[in-house]
Amino acid sequence: MLSVYWSLFITFFKIGIFAFGGGYAVISLIQHDIVDMHPEWGVSLQEFANIVAISQSTPGPIGINAATYVGFSVTQTWIGAAIATTAMVMPSFIIMTAICIFLKKLSGNQWVQQALAGLRPATIGLIASAALMLCNKEIFIDYKSFVIFALALPLSLYKKIHPIWIIFAAGIAGLLIY
Amino acid sequence: MKVLWQLFSAFFRIGCFTIGGGYAMIPLMQKEIVDNRHWMSEKDFVDMLAVTQSVPGVIAVNSAIYIGYKTKGWKGALAASFACIIPSFVIILLIACFFHQFKDNPYVVKIFAGIRPAVVALIASSVWTIARKMPFSYAALIITTASTLLIWLCKISPVYILIAAAAWGIIYSRFIHPENHSSC
Repeated sequence: MLSVYWSLFITFFKIGIFAFGGGYAVISLIQHDIVDMHPEWGVSLQEFANIVAISQSTPGPIGINAATYVGFSVTQTWIGAAIATTAMVMPSFIIMTAICIFLKKLSGNQWVQQALAGLRPATIGLIASAALMLCNKEIFIDYKSFVIFALALPLSLYKKIHPIWIIFAAGIAGLLIY
Repeated sequence: MKVLWQLFSAFFRIGCFTIGGGYAMIPLMQKEIVDNRHWMSEKDFVDMLAVTQSVPGVIAVNSAIYIGYKTKGWKGALAASFACIIPSFVIILLIACFFHQFKDNPYVVKIFAGIRPAVVALIASSVWTIARKMPFSYAALIITTASTLLIWLCKISPVYILIAAAAWGIIYSRFIHPENHSSC
């Protein structure tokens, strides 16, 4: 049991180190490291999509919410949730404190700027792959799923409706049509 | 001690009331930190955002650590980041407990069968929203496409993709196009 806590810690610490590009890019890291690399933890792609929906419709950063949820779901204890969340934040804490102490002008640093120029297009690739990975038979179960997808996409693209309302509406639709 | 408590309560409130991820927290932080408390000037706040977006980690937590540290040292950093995380932690924990008991309930199953395709739409649309904000270049397009395909089809860890992309950004602007620093 101890080893589960330890590998949760290691996994989320690693995710914390490579969490570039906002919540959805982190989703891709979690998807790869939890769903693909740790099948014994029992987080399926379906459950993963549920986690993203819950993280998106509750207060707080998506990455933190997802870490807390996965930590609980894997161990069924709050300790697992606390370990995953702490591990996810720890790299930030170390790096940010180091920056505050040693580097006053990190954002002006040429090396950092150049690395970021390469990282930005890659984080978009991370997000795109997260979406593509979820395009499968477990999530698109029938034609109704495609209808929901086709309605939700333009709503979030053009109408700038807050994601929580789209998730809410899709949930009601699911209740009515299934 | 008073400032520590103020930091804690400010970030606790920010953590409670921002649905939809870290970026939703930024305007609230600005109002609380810059306008209400005057812990930072407008300019310092914008500089801070540049820093917190340049390093790994959740942007809201990075900002909390930065503001906390600048205001009250590492104790401030600890108080602010802890306060910013606690609301989500508690709420998610309650939901996870609840969801674990009810996930086989037929209504819950139906609701989430409807929600899942919408989640895919949300993630897909954010690809476009983020890509639109970046200056277009063929090199960037190739990096995006290559990383998408490598992660999706070849199941390569995003970690390696990010390391390679950062290295490429440095190599490109140092050796291939030294005069062009703005994009890759």
